[in-house]
Amino acid sequence: MTLADLKRGQQGIIKDVSSKDIPLKLLEMGCLPGNSVQLLHLAPFSDPMYLNVNGTHLAIRKETAHHILIETTDNE
Amino acid sequence: MSKQINVALIGNPNTGKTSVFNALTGLNQKVGNYPGITVEKKEGVCKLPRGVKAHIIDLPGTYSLNASSLDESVVIELLLNKNDKDYPDVAVVITDVENLKRNLLIYTQIKDLEIPTILVINMSDRMAYKGISLDIEKLEKQLDTKIALISTRKGKGIDNLKDLISNYKTLSIEPCLNTQDIDTAYFEGLKKAFPNQSLYKLWLVITQDVNFGKIDRNSIKDASDFKTKSNVDLKRLQQKETIKRYQYINNALKEGQTIDLNSAKDLRIKMDRILTHKVWGYLIFFLILLTIFQAIYDWAEVPMDFIDSTFASLSEWTKNVLPSGAFTSLLAEGVIPGLGGIVIFIPQIAFLFLFIAVLEESGYMSRVVFLMDRIMRRFGLSGKSVVPLISGTACAIPAIMATRNIESWKERLITILVTPFTTCSARLPVYLIIISLVIPEGRFLGLSYQALTLMLLYLIGFGAAVGSAWILNKILNIKSKTFFVVEMPNYKLPLFKNVALTVIEKTKSFIFGAGKIILAISIVLWFLASYGPGEQFNNAEEIITEQYASENLSQDELNQKIASHKLEYSFIGITGRAIEPAIRPLGYDWKIGIAIVSSFAAREVFVGTLATIYSVGSDEEATIKNRMAKEINPVLGTPLFNLASGISLLLFYAFAMQCMSTLAIVKRETNSWKWPILQLTIMTAIAYIVALIAYQFLK
Repeated sequence: MTLADLKRGQQGIIKDVSSKDIPLKLLEMGCLPGNSVQLLHLAPFSDPMYLNVNGTHLAIRKETAHHILIETTDNE
Repeated sequence: MSKQINVALIGNPNTGKTSVFNALTGLNQKVGNYPGITVEKKEGVCKLPRGVKAHIIDLPGTYSLNASSLDESVVIELLLNKNDKDYPDVAVVITDVENLKRNLLIYTQIKDLEIPTILVINMSDRMAYKGISLDIEKLEKQLDTKIALISTRKGKGIDNLKDLISNYKTLSIEPCLNTQDIDTAYFEGLKKAFPNQSLYKLWLVITQDVNFGKIDRNSIKDASDFKTKSNVDLKRLQQKETIKRYQYINNALKEGQTIDLNSAKDLRIKMDRILTHKVWGYLIFFLILLTIFQAIYDWAEVPMDFIDSTFASLSEWTKNVLPSGAFTSLLAEGVIPGLGGIVIFIPQIAFLFLFIAVLEESGYMSRVVFLMDRIMRRFGLSGKSVVPLISGTACAIPAIMATRNIESWKERLITILVTPFTTCSARLPVYLIIISLVIPEGRFLGLSYQALTLMLLYLIGFGAAVGSAWILNKILNIKSKTFFVVEMPNYKLPLFKNVALTVIEKTKSFIFGAGKIILAISIVLWFLASYGPGEQFNNAEEIITEQYASENLSQDELNQKIASHKLEYSFIGITGRAIEPAIRPLGYDWKIGIAIVSSFAAREVFVGTLATIYSVGSDEEATIKNRMAKEINPVLGTPLFNLASGISLLLFYAFAMQCMSTLAIVKRETNSWKWPILQLTIMTAIAYIVALIAYQFLK
């Protein structure tokens, strides 16, 4: 599944990022394979997404989130 | 004199870098621009122990040395050019204790440049609150540096930082990461080709387009041609490098940092839930905007009335004290009213900058970006366009520069093109004086009609910006990848010192920047209004005396007639009447016409111009507002500034592109004359048409 499929409050681990489609800046902010990610909140109309990636709070658009592969870690 | 040390402050945005800069330099700072580009350059002086002086330069906030914007490339250009006069003897990297892991990324990069580096961990007052404890000694050992744990909020640790800076020579300059480890084969090749260069510097040159200072570049300029790898491969290596840096950081933090999540309290989530809520979020944002406008209107009134009457009596006093003559009249009728026309707006401009500074400092602005992105995208804009559009209410120039962090070129271009529609502070003087003349007093739901009109004008500006963005989005055929990454910093109580310094700095530069133009224009206008060619001007006295000989006028009334006859046939009168046919359908006379023409240099000139034109030849002490209220429309015989002509003027100023500095910035940021010329033509055309319709409809 990709980051875009994450539900509110759900957590996951980043498995792979397609570096072709992801800006370096996002990688530098901690969006790297192996790091944890949690969807904290969604903006009205479900986009952008408010994430906690590796301790950093940031917001990205859904279209970017489609390029980040994750695995969920909780079964809530 | 002892040697001055060059110190560079470096760090991620939202780490309190500017607070540290303010704490070190206080008022000993100045803000300028880097030569040739419009990136703000902040520098200051700090006295260190033992009589050493430090020259502190506050570099633009950057997440890493891999520059993705003009602001960021300033940082890397300075750090790669040893011959730059600002090249730091010591770098101070500022981090936020809550985001230490991410903030350390740039620390590792700076250290790899082999510059002595001090690590500052800021906001230490929040550690207990967040359940964070640090073992500074272990961290210093792991990161191979000296650490200053400080709190700019509580004013703690600054002296320790000063001590560390003055002892910078004892700092280690060992790199954190062995560049060769990223890809052994590739870097072996690079080393062979450039045996005398630092591999990390070469790598930085290869991976980004940076214009280096001439000298240092010569020795490594061929490096960017060293493309044995495709861009995709290079990016993959950058990713690998970033992972390696984080591994290093994680190892260091494992030893020196413990976070007890159980004792961490966080208001952030609760506040976010409300402030970005689909109903409350927008409502709160709207209420904040409403408060700002009410404040600008109501609270600023007292100091403004005071300034207005002070300048009126100053002008009168000058006339009485100095011997009469051309110089006195230039001073009393040209310079003083012209200056008064700008000084009067200090209270409002200061209020506006105050609110913007508070919204930025508190972290609320990022929530607005988050909240608005989806809506703005529908109009071809980005959530990040909200920041330029809001700061455009102060001035379009910094607003257009603030578009630099919009990742998509199309979204950025549209933002640049529409930002000048937002109501900048230069429009404010024009709006305020006309509103106070034509909009009746009275209140609706506790808000004054005048404040509501002002609010409406801001909404019109914003609507025009968004509407034209929508059209541009449909007609501009630009393909560009859209990226959108925005950091959501934790909420902070704004620091009084930071806010105050920002307000002082911005107001000062507005007053002095605009003041110079206004002063020059006032003097020119005074000359043009006080002299004229031909019989009608030179013999005005005889002509008028003769004309009204039968009417038995008092000396005062006669003088008044002579003065206005003179003005009509002065250079300025002749010019004004030449353009009158074009503006009469909008409800303006030639005096307003002159003011409009001169405000194509800058809008705020309007009030100063009218002040100068109306004060030439009038004797009694009067404020600008009183003089304008007395003006009579020569054709209709009714007051010149009535509801119809007033609204028409307001709308003209709402839409017209009347700012040369903005056009210059647009040219620079889009790197083409096409866009500013398009902007000028279309906006002015819209202004004319809307003002025409409004006047014809209301009159």
